[in-house]
Order: sequence, then C-alpha cells, then structure tokens
Amino acid sequence: MVSEFEAVIGLEVHAQLMTKTKIFCACSTQFNAPANENVCPVCAGHPGTLPVLNGRAVDDALKAALATNCRINSRSVFARKNYYYPDLPKGYQISQYDLPIAEHGYLDIEVGGTPQKPELAHIKRIGITRIHMEEDAGKSVHMQGYSLVNLNRAGTPLIEIVSQPDIRSAEEAGAYLRKLRAVLMYIDVCDGNMQEGSFRCDANVSVRPKGTEKFGTRAEIKNVNSFRFVEKAIEYEINRQVQVIQSGGKVVQETRLYDSAKNVTVSMRSKEEAQDYRYFPEPDLMPLVVSEQKIEAAKRALPELPEQKKERYTKQLGIPAYDASVIVSSKKLAEFFETAEKACGEPKAVSNWVMGEMLRLLKLDDREIDDLNMQPEALGTLIKMIKSGAVSNSIAKTVFEEMYKTGKDPESIVKEKGLAQISDTGAIDKAIDEVIAANASQVAEYKAGKDKLMGFFVGMVMKKMGGKANPGVVNDLLKKKLS
Amino acid sequence: MILQLHEKLKTKKISAVELTQHYLKRVKTDSNNVYITVCDREAVAAAEKADQALAQGKAGLLTGIPVGIKDIFCTAGVKTTCASKILGDYVPPYDATCVARLKRNGAVLLGKLNMDEFAMGGSNENSAFGPVKNPIDPRYVPGGSSGGSAAAVAGGLAVAALGTDTGGSIRLPASYTGTVGLKPTYGRVSRNGLVAFGSSLDQAGPMTTTVSDAAIVLESISGHDPFDSTSSVLPSENFLASMVTESSRKLKIGLPKEYFVDGLQREVAEQIDSLKNKLLAAGHQLIPITLPHTEYSVAIYYIVAVSEASSNLSRFDGVRFGTRIGGDRSLVEMYKSTRSLFGPEVKRRIILGAFALSSGYYDAYYKKACQVRALVKRDFEDAFKKVDAILAPVAPTTAFKLGEKTADPLTMYLNDIFTIPANLAGIPAISVPIGRDQNKLPIGAQFIGPHFSEARLLALGKLVEEKHYREEVRHGF
Repeated sequence: MVSEFEAVIGLEVHAQLMTKTKIFCACSTQFNAPANENVCPVCAGHPGTLPVLNGRAVDDALKAALATNCRINSRSVFARKNYYYPDLPKGYQISQYDLPIAEHGYLDIEVGGTPQKPELAHIKRIGITRIHMEEDAGKSVHMQGYSLVNLNRAGTPLIEIVSQPDIRSAEEAGAYLRKLRAVLMYIDVCDGNMQEGSFRCDANVSVRPKGTEKFGTRAEIKNVNSFRFVEKAIEYEINRQVQVIQSGGKVVQETRLYDSAKNVTVSMRSKEEAQDYRYFPEPDLMPLVVSEQKIEAAKRALPELPEQKKERYTKQLGIPAYDASVIVSSKKLAEFFETAEKACGEPKAVSNWVMGEMLRLLKLDDREIDDLNMQPEALGTLIKMIKSGAVSNSIAKTVFEEMYKTGKDPESIVKEKGLAQISDTGAIDKAIDEVIAANASQVAEYKAGKDKLMGFFVGMVMKKMGGKANPGVVNDLLKKKLS
Repeated sequence: MILQLHEKLKTKKISAVELTQHYLKRVKTDSNNVYITVCDREAVAAAEKADQALAQGKAGLLTGIPVGIKDIFCTAGVKTTCASKILGDYVPPYDATCVARLKRNGAVLLGKLNMDEFAMGGSNENSAFGPVKNPIDPRYVPGGSSGGSAAAVAGGLAVAALGTDTGGSIRLPASYTGTVGLKPTYGRVSRNGLVAFGSSLDQAGPMTTTVSDAAIVLESISGHDPFDSTSSVLPSENFLASMVTESSRKLKIGLPKEYFVDGLQREVAEQIDSLKNKLLAAGHQLIPITLPHTEYSVAIYYIVAVSEASSNLSRFDGVRFGTRIGGDRSLVEMYKSTRSLFGPEVKRRIILGAFALSSGYYDAYYKKACQVRALVKRDFEDAFKKVDAILAPVAPTTAFKLGEKTADPLTMYLNDIFTIPANLAGIPAISVPIGRDQNKLPIGAQFIGPHFSEARLLALGKLVEEKHYREEVRHGF
C-alpha cells in the first residue's frame, strides 16, 4: 500500500551557536545557570534597549554556510518576526527573512549501506535552501495555575538551516540530520546536544503518488529531540497521511507534535490558526555586509571535513570505505582514530580495534564516544605491544576491555594482572617437557606421522602457561623437541 | 544662556546649588503641567558635586547647568513613563546614553518632562498625565510630542532640555514656544535608552533658549555609541567652534516651492519673507528649488512610523516590567487588559501599523511607503547638489488652542507636513524663532541641511538670532 506513495520531506534545523555571549548583548550563553541569571536589559527587552550583533556569531554562521556548500550573500538583512509569547521579551524575534546570510547549499549523505553489506551504500545529495541567523526565545515553565519564564536562553544565537524537500524517507532524514550535526560539530560552531536543545529539528512531511511531480499537502512536525524520534515521527506521519488519502480523506496543512510515549503525531494547530508574523526589516540593525576577504578567511579557517577525511583515510591510510565512513561520521571518533594512529603508525590495526571492540563495547553499554574513558594514545600503545610480542592477540582483547572500563594504560594493566606474553624459552621448555611426559601415547602417535596432533600439544602448553606464552616460540620449541 | 551661566558659576557669582534651587522653586509653582517627575534631591546632590568640580577648576560648560529630560529617555533609578499608564511605575535599570553623557559633563537633571504618550502626537494633549500648556499663553498647546521640553525651556523651568523628533516632535514645539530645537542627523545621537517609537526616524536633540546652547548640548550628547548599531561612527565635535567657522561661508539657500503654499498663515509667510531679506543682506543667495515628493511625506510617515511602532510597543505586555493587569484567567486576558492601558492615539497607531505590516497588505503599504521614502530622500540629495541648506516654515500656523484639533486626528497629522520630510531623509534640521503673530504667539522657521551639516544649520540659526529676531528669555534672574 505504502509503496504506491512516496514521501517528500524537508527539514528545518535550529542549531545553537557556541558563542560565549548572546547574539545581541554581552550576557553569557551558559546552559545551566540559575533561572534568569544571564539576563540584562537588552535580552529582557527593556524599553530603549538596542541589539548589537555579536561578530563571533556571524563568523560561526559563515563557517556553517561554507561547510554546507552554501553561497554567502554579501549583504543580508535582519528582520523582525512579530508574535506575542511571554518568553519572547520584545514581542518579536530578530531573525532573517527575505535576505538570509547564505543560500543554495547542499550536503551529500550516505544511505543504504549496512555493516554486512557495505557495498549497498550510495551517496545522495540533499539541497539546502538557506541558512539564516536569529535569536532564541526564553523558556516558559507551566505550573499549576501559573507559568514561569526563564530568559537565560533568550538571545542565544541560532542558525536555522532549511533543507530542500529532497528527502524521501525517514532513513534519509536521519542520515541528513546525523551528517549535518557531525559537520556543525567538526567546525566547532554547535555542540550538537539534542537533549539540551542545541540541535533541534522540525520536519515538513507530505506524500504523493509515486511518479507524480506535484507536492501533497504538508504537515509540519515540531521540535523532536532525538534522531530516533525524528525517524519514528516521520515514519508515523507518512503512514498516517497515506492512510488518510487511501481512505478517501484529505491531508490538511497543519502543525503536529510528536508524542514519543505513544509514537504518534497529534495536531497542534491548523493553517487557519497560523500566525501572521508581520515580518519587516529590523530598523535597529544595519544590513549585514560580508566582504569577499572575510569569506576567504573563513574558508581558510575551515578544518578538514568528514568527506575530505574519508578520502584521506581510504586513499592514504588504506582503511576500507565503510569503516572510514563510520569513523568520520563523528568528529570525536575521527579524532580518537587519528590520535591513536599517530601513536602507533598502524592505521588498519587502529581502525579494526575502533570498528570492532570499541564500538561493540560502546553499543553494549549504550554509551557515546563522548563518554569514553580510554585515551587514544593507550590504544596506540596496546597495538605496539601486540606488534612487539609483549602481549598476545587474545590477551590484548582482555587488556582492551580493561582499558575501556578503567581508562588505565595497557602497560599497567598487563603488569597488574600479570598478562605479559612469555617468550622466555626456559619457562616454555619446562612446560613442554611436562606436556611430553604426561602425554606419552600422543607423542608416539605424532612421531608415527599424525601431524595434526601438533595443535593439541600447542594448546596443552598454552593452557599450562595461562595463555601467556608466545605461540610462535611454543611452536618452534615443540617442533624441535618432538623431532 | 549656558555660556553666561557658566561664567557666573566659574566666577562664583552664583553656586550650582543656588542655580538648581532657583529652577526647582520655579518648577514647584508651575501651572502648565510641564514635569511628570521632579528629582529634587538628586538634582541638589548633583549640583553639590558640580560646585565641587567648579571649585577644583574641573568644570565644563555644562557643569551645574540644570536641564530637563523628556520622559522618553531612560534614567537609572528614576521613573520613566513615556507619559503612559502602561509605564506608570517603570523605573529603568540604566541611563540612556544621552542622559549618561549629560551627567558625565556635569549637567544637573531636574526631572522628567511631560510629552505625548510614546511621543505620538503634535500638541502634547495625548499624555496620560494631562496636557501641557504653552507658557507663552496657557490657552494654547505647546506643540508635541516634546511639549514638556519646549514648555520647560520657554517657561524657565530648565536651562535646556532634551527632546526627541520622529516627525517634527522637537521642531514643532520649539516653534510654538519660541525656543530653539535641533533635530540632528539620524545616527548623530545614540538612540540607546530612548524608548522607541519609529526606530528608523527617531532622533534625540537639544531644545534651548539660544542657538549656542543647542550647540553646547549637541556636543555633549552626540558621537558614536557602541550600544546603538545605527549610530554614526563620526566623533562628536565642538559645535560652538565649527558653527563659527561655518558662519563665514556664503551659502546657497534653497526655497522649496512645495513648502510655500496656500494655507500658510499670513504672518508666518511675512516673517519668512523678512528673514529672506536678512539672509540676502548677509551675502547668502536664495535659490528656488523643488522637492517633488513632498506631498507623499505625511502618508509615508504614517505608514512607516506606525508600522515600526506597532512592533516596538509589543514589549509592553505586562510580563517583565511596567504595569500588569489580570492574568488570572488566561494569557490573552492579561495581554488585553494590560494593553488597554494605552491611550486612544497609541492604540490607533498600533492598529494602523499592524495592519500595514500584515500579510496581503505589506506590499501595498509598508513596502510601497519605503520605496517612496527613498524618492523623498533623493529629492533632498538632488536639492543639496544645488544648495547648501533649505529654508522652510516649521508649521503652516502658529500654536492652536487646547482641544481645538483633538477631535480630528487627520488635521493634527497634517500639521507635521513640513517637518516629516527631514525625518524620512535622516537629515538634520533646526527650528528657530523668527517673530510673533498678532496673538503674540511665536513663529518658527527651519533650516534643513544635508547629513551631518549641524554646524552649518547652527550658524544659520545664529544669524537669525543676531540679524533678525531673538526671543526674550524669561527665567527669572
């Protein structure tokens, strides 16, 4: 049923910029301050106060625009969006309207691939209509019979990134959002924290019969605070709209809220109730003029972005494409990889450990790379220890788990737990002699030509030595003694 | 007047405290409803400080000079009402930049002056605290919206005052009360702390008894302010000195035909004609010019100003400051009851502005008005290629009687017809007294100049004072 229809999705992302001060005054943007602590006459909207634009916010917006391949408007204009709400101090939000700071960008997302079938991955380009700068509102807290307003967040700088309606599924929406968040974090303009609201998303969803051009009527789903919920909300909304149409109904243009507990979207307000924001140019701010030099400087200041990193990992470091994609999907993960790689010079080994044990353990604990105790240099050391024969591969797994749990370096773990690999021929000799003495019949069979028994002897010796013997040395010595 | 007082203060003929008390005494017996708030104690304390500075030889021209401030400027710790019930008890946490600069220069703030509510009006009859009467003849209005500022200076209740001019609110009351009023170039004086009416038009300026006083006050309050992004980067200047430099120039003075029309009161026309002769005698040239889009100015103004006002006044919602009424039942109920505190003229303009910006009408009203505003600006740019300044009446008539025009807002709006264009173009203009009519009511004329030509306008004002007419100063000493 659903397959006769296709979804058309556009996303509006509000990303909070990481400036120390607010966009139009000198108040701190610190998140967890006591209520109404970071408030001054300007962000409280006192009569007579005027906005003064924060230059850092402009720099950050420019970086975001360049990292999403946007064209920067050399002249953009702030506008007032007028509406009444107690947490909107001035009765209008200063935003940008018909002349935003940047337009016509795109992000390439990777969809379709899985760890099992990485070859199914393909690139899809999602257009970005515009990026504009604006201030955040405060926060209303509704109590029994009254409401409280906290203006700490009022005036926090935001950029709104509006995608083209190029997205066709919840999976693509998720991939776009993850990529966008990763890019903004790479360039250090947004901390990407969805719980604290630093990265928020509204989704415009409509459906149309496959093969048709005309857009269906859209519903806007507001402020969903995790990737998983965005995907689920979109999934739900697509199905809901298809069902409405198939049962002969009409989708109405409206704003809907996602209820994550019930996994449904519910109507918040219809188009008729939509407000007239009476946008007009903000007379208190001059048009924002960005010089060619400033754009060039911002370009030069951009760090290596995920795609460039992936290219380098695969071409120069020989990392498989799928693994490289996973590693570059997060700035923190990529940094971890690169630091560990620098410490040992073994990119493939690092990639294997990261992709294997590390992500497995994180997933098991439902933790993020941010929560990691382990130092990347420690992984580098561990890899060097394996190479030098100081630990065996199997013991290394135990050491890694301990590093992951405690954050300790591998040398002290090996020392404390006595996990060092034994290459000392004296100790191994002794163990071999004991094994030979205790298994006379197997020795006889081996000497009679049953070569397969070699594995048995090696296993017995390793067992006797608690797995710490260097298997190469054991093999060599056994062969000598049994010949 | 400031120069003479400064001399007396410096030579100890009078102390700053005595001077302040002289004015405070006059303020106490005022019957024209000029002040909303009087700061007796603060004023005396400031005067004592001024006396110390004088004793230490650290006094500037404004040290110890008692001034009044239109109640639209925020004053830290002193009620700032904008003559509105909605801000009836509002005490700002900060000083407007202008106010801070005057204080820094040693001026003594006597108090806050009455005005039209939120500066909306041309007669000062729209104040929640009652109308101001014209000290020249209390049956007449003082003009608005800076009516209290004009009346304070004309009636000897302050040496000088600050006013604001969005569409003529300094110049019109100056001309109705026989005082000097200067509307500086947009951006010359910081708007920080000035409760906004029409943000792209508002400009603060001095209202004084003499042109030199206007120069002294302007020097104090002008110059770049990092808290106002629209303030000019130009530093302030010594206008007393630059005024003298400018006065030696022989100027081409434009006479726009659109400003000399039927309906101009006979005596206004006569006095301007007489002034023209003095200008010629002083070696200046008079050149007929045209400002063809003048007729649209009032219409543009009443779209742009009210649109901006409708948004600027949204913050008066009872949530964070000012008066709050209701809120027990619902948010909308609180908004409605709180915002019904606005007076009828303010409500009328908020509704007009919200309409002009609303979807479906924006292009026809706000956008169109902005486009025509650009044409008005160009009129002046073209004119200033031919002339150095423009001479025009301030208003078609002298002051009218209290209550005479209140029933007809449209007639009242048309009163601003000659003052509005300078605000639309962002250029400076000075209003100076040029005589009296048969009812002994003051007549004003204005000189309008290109951006940042205040010194030239002051020089022309000075010439009027010296060669044509000078109002008698009646401050009681």
